[in-house]
Amino acid sequence: MISGAEIVIRCLQEEKVDCVFGYPGGSVLHIYDALFKQDEVRHVLVRHEQAAVHAADAYSRSSQRVGVALVTSGPGVTNTVTGIATAYMDSIPMVVLCGQVPTAYISQDAFQECDTVGITRPCVKHNFLVKDVKDLAITIKKAFHIAATGRPGPVVVDIPKDVTAQMCEFDYPKTIQMRSYNPVVKGHLGQIKKAVQMLQEAKRPIIYTGGGVILSDAADKLTRLAQKLDFPVTNTLMGLGGYPATDRQFVGMLGMHGTFEANNAMHYADVILAVGARFDDRVIGNPEHFSSEKRRVIHIDIDPSSISKRVKVDVPIVGNVADVLDEMLKLLDGGCKTDPEVADWWKQIDEWRGRKSLAYRQSNHIMPQFVVEKLYEVTGGDAFITSDVGQHQMFAAQYYKFDKPRRWINSGGLGTMGVGLPYGMGVLMANPDAQVACVTGEGSIQMCIQEMSTCKQYGLPVKIINLNNGMLGMVRQWQEMFYSKRYSQSYVTSLPDFVKLAEAYGHVGMRIEKPEDVEPALRKAFTEHKDDLVFMDFIIDPGANVFPMVAAGKGLTEMILAEEL
Amino acid sequence: MRHIISILIENEAGALSRVAGLFSARGYNIESLTVAPTEDPSLSRMTILTSGSDDVLEQITKQLNKLVDVVKVVDLSEAAHVERELMLIKVRATGKDREEMKRMADIFRGRIIDVTESTYVIELTGASSKLDSFIAGLDAGLILETVRTGVCGIGRGDRILKV
Repeated sequence: MISGAEIVIRCLQEEKVDCVFGYPGGSVLHIYDALFKQDEVRHVLVRHEQAAVHAADAYSRSSQRVGVALVTSGPGVTNTVTGIATAYMDSIPMVVLCGQVPTAYISQDAFQECDTVGITRPCVKHNFLVKDVKDLAITIKKAFHIAATGRPGPVVVDIPKDVTAQMCEFDYPKTIQMRSYNPVVKGHLGQIKKAVQMLQEAKRPIIYTGGGVILSDAADKLTRLAQKLDFPVTNTLMGLGGYPATDRQFVGMLGMHGTFEANNAMHYADVILAVGARFDDRVIGNPEHFSSEKRRVIHIDIDPSSISKRVKVDVPIVGNVADVLDEMLKLLDGGCKTDPEVADWWKQIDEWRGRKSLAYRQSNHIMPQFVVEKLYEVTGGDAFITSDVGQHQMFAAQYYKFDKPRRWINSGGLGTMGVGLPYGMGVLMANPDAQVACVTGEGSIQMCIQEMSTCKQYGLPVKIINLNNGMLGMVRQWQEMFYSKRYSQSYVTSLPDFVKLAEAYGHVGMRIEKPEDVEPALRKAFTEHKDDLVFMDFIIDPGANVFPMVAAGKGLTEMILAEEL
Repeated sequence: MRHIISILIENEAGALSRVAGLFSARGYNIESLTVAPTEDPSLSRMTILTSGSDDVLEQITKQLNKLVDVVKVVDLSEAAHVERELMLIKVRATGKDREEMKRMADIFRGRIIDVTESTYVIELTGASSKLDSFIAGLDAGLILETVRTGVCGIGRGDRILKV
């Protein structure tokens, strides 16, 4: 017989979890004691529980393994909610283990008690409260199973303190059967055949892919399919890296800040193959405008509720993206003949490309786009890029050309400022030798800046690329364009001296103010200071805006381009 | 369009709140909701009366199926089914109204299950529209209290919702 706390740790070992991110407290003291007595599961002590969940989330995003966070009851749990909601919106598999007050105290308004299951319910794939130590191992097994299968997502397990003290035999089930949970994997073959037929008849096709391709590790299959068909490919923000960005067939990201060619190709396509993407508002703009063009849509998604939710689909295929693409490839291997008119479509796309919609104005100041371009060069296009949320996020997405999946780590769905630095920590715990840069701004970075201390403790050499314009840039951009330049509360004053701040935490700080210093500084950071966290404070042109832009409520083809301003 | 959704769900703490939370978070309409364990005590059967366009109904069933605790979902109103609702209604029953109430209860095949000098409690079962008609047929001033269970329903013939 072992204690509930030891069962928790044994379960993590059985799941081959090598690292958890967490913060101790009263209700999880037994679990931390059990953690202390072993060395298979490493623990990263963050400085705020929000960062623990973000780091576990990025661990998962960058590695295909389930990230794990461990926090105490009450405020420990409430601090994780933003991180859980962030993972939920992007379908990231994660298990969050929470302490709870002893079962006898539940509902008594005990110290550090909160209704964890109730608070997290709307932003988890599922959650559990374990009231009996006999249910503990099987519940944790279920949590990992649910988190990683079907459309993935975060699962919360709430464990009262007395349960972690009780003794029980440990028996970890190898597999699990749940009558209420059997996600579809294989796509319907008849539908797949119909889709393959439709693709070969297409005259103006586009392959539009999202985070589902990354999550099901289907990037290579998607690439083979696209190249066999010789069709243009566009990625959503979450789908970047699903198809090599440097390839000729890639037309760039689409959506609110998508390229001219991607948005036009999406709008005027006669057949759309949507793969693990969900036609959300940032992608298709105004749905009525989008529906004004006649086209046929094939949609592959593991979640039936994502299909025909915002755009009517002609050929729905419910299934795991990788499995469905496999079936499609098999069919096409038997003979693939596309319509000759696709050549004209390519001519049209190349004409759109000629607009060079990502060209940006020159300046005596450092342009943020230029920093990302140089970052791409210096890292050989092979770094993991985490980002926060705002203009810098869009610049990173537009100008860092992701050739591989799981290299672009950002909060696409919820749009959570503050994720960038803890994301960098999670990536490094999963990929210790990787180059990791966090592209951020002076607004976002301050939302989790305390994690520089964690990075020091565990030697996590994140390169922080702070695109500092002294403004909440994306807010400022909208105010400039849609609120007659009334810059309400978007101006950040009293910024800290980031160089000194980094140094105070024991790291290296740099301030870069001239365009000619950008590349040398980056090189220095990635060579001389390879093993250091380097805070690079780039003082950028405060007027730089993100283009192209589809304003909220506008259609995909109604883009504002840089040169028009 | 009016729809009756039947759900088999694991009989666990919080199951009801997952369903109710889904409806409120996504702005779906609940006109009535009933829930009780089935002959298998590990399962609850829930009946939700809702309304919405075909697109909304498609999303409701898909979203319900996505809940991990939900075992099965069926839209009963898609095919032949029977539905019933139970109402208990307390009415003033004095003077000439006393006889009239008794007569109304008989016409609607209701039963008087509680009697005092001045009141009756009438039990009435049927489709919701029948209960509505009964209420409409009474003088509103005589109705003291009503309580309705909400709709429950079951498929006709071989249409069976079971694990």
